[in-house]
Amino acid sequence: MKPSFLALFNRVGAWVLLLFLVLPALVAIPVSLTPKRFLSMPKGEFSLRHFENLFTSPEWLSSFGQSAIIALSTSALATVLGTLCAIGLWRVTSKYSELVRAFLLLPLIIPQIVSAMAFYRLWIPLGLLDSYPGLILAHTILATPMVLITVSASLANFDPKLEQASRNLGASSSTTMRLVILPSIRPGVFAGALFAFILSWDEIVVTLFISKFNVYTLPRRMWNGIRENTDPTVAAAAVILIVITIVAFAASAILSRRRAQIENSIDT
Amino acid sequence: MTNVLRKYVSPGWLLVAPFLALVVLLYLGPILNILWLSVTEPQPGLQNFEKLVTSDTIARIIWTTVRICVVTTAFSVMLGYCIAYAMVHAHQKQQHLMLTLLLVSFWISILVRTFSWLMLLGRNGLVNNGLEAIGVIAEPIAFMRNELGVLIGMVHYMVPYAVLPMLVNMQTLDTRVMSASRNLGASGQQTFFRIYLPMTKPGVVAASLLVFILSLGFYVTPAVLGGGKVLMVAEYISVQLLVTLKWGTAAMLASLMLFGVLAMLYLMSKFMKLSTVFGGSTS
Repeated sequence: MKPSFLALFNRVGAWVLLLFLVLPALVAIPVSLTPKRFLSMPKGEFSLRHFENLFTSPEWLSSFGQSAIIALSTSALATVLGTLCAIGLWRVTSKYSELVRAFLLLPLIIPQIVSAMAFYRLWIPLGLLDSYPGLILAHTILATPMVLITVSASLANFDPKLEQASRNLGASSSTTMRLVILPSIRPGVFAGALFAFILSWDEIVVTLFISKFNVYTLPRRMWNGIRENTDPTVAAAAVILIVITIVAFAASAILSRRRAQIENSIDT
Repeated sequence: MTNVLRKYVSPGWLLVAPFLALVVLLYLGPILNILWLSVTEPQPGLQNFEKLVTSDTIARIIWTTVRICVVTTAFSVMLGYCIAYAMVHAHQKQQHLMLTLLLVSFWISILVRTFSWLMLLGRNGLVNNGLEAIGVIAEPIAFMRNELGVLIGMVHYMVPYAVLPMLVNMQTLDTRVMSASRNLGASGQQTFFRIYLPMTKPGVVAASLLVFILSLGFYVTPAVLGGGKVLMVAEYISVQLLVTLKWGTAAMLASLMLFGVLAMLYLMSKFMKLSTVFGGSTS
């Protein structure tokens, strides 16, 4: 089939659309380099003062630190819970397992504003508002379904006969888990950990409800900056976030390539 | 005791239990509480739901939300279809690059993207300045604080979500059917509209429902680009909770949203395995 005019038109259109998806975000780069004190496009002159401000301001630095603590804890907790859960659901052969799986994915699909309301409602009597445990718990509940998905995808490619072989050769259940199952689903676990980290690092809606003064995450400070719409430091923060996203994306791309290689080596 | 337990309960459930307990206690619990609040706060009865017909404000907000969601869904799915179609038919190297662009935009923080649109669409933003400089317009166009700005921001965010389910669907199609259609004398257009489009219907339906669900509860973009002028349900809920402290109204709207989303999820599960929609394709 030779490509028709329409197909060609569509292909060009698709590239334009893809650029439309990525390019607007990059406008933060020139804005962050403006020498002025207010949000503006630089005209001829560039300055790094807003990056300097970002990296010397105690508020922004503490927000970076707090977000890192919360996202790392969330990622660790979600990875453990999600991996256990995925292995459990993969093991049980019950008519309920798919129902339970669907139920456990709900935090990912229920609108965040509803989740925010739910956490806000419960965190008040539990005294968890505006605290690290409160944010980490809420983010963990939202992020674990991500891990469940990625680890389940890895398990779908794992041959259950390997587990049986290990058990038949005398390995205990925990040894089998440690030496047979976990190594072969490692790429899924890492991908899940990364997704959980990004979800927490970037979470704003729930955070707006359950944090106030003590805990002030990076998205929360950016949200404020965007609402006030004056200080270009927020543009510098946006640029740093874009860089982090691209680095994280490259890491996950390398992981998934490695996973493909592992699968190929198993197949051949 | 543990042996008795093992006999009746598969050991797999023990691994599921920690997260299941967490979700039931700390998530399902308060959500049920919200549903309960919607019919008991401030006093028992359906008066919160009566506001749907008696309060003009609430009716208008719901209408705005539904309208914006429908338009966002239509545009995102249409644009997403173009991208998915081009991706499936591109050479492998090109396809890889396209997927990279798509996923990078998928992962860029919503706050960064909203901020960028704020810079681009403002009265003295890059778009207005650019258009004025080349003489297309004399007066700046109002992109912000109205539905146009909200729609631009939302479509931009939703397109990747629309592409992924359709891409999964298109990759599984049997392309020989299309060759057969061409060999039997159908034109390219006929083949597309009579064969390809119907075959991709499950993907289109799944993408539409997914985008619609995500748009319904959208908070960040409407709040920033709407600038208080375009009030959608999510923002209204947050105002009710954090400013006017009316839990009843907020709970009623949250319940509506919840039931809407669950109904659409159910519909979606009829068309596609849900796990393939949620990121099975991103890895």
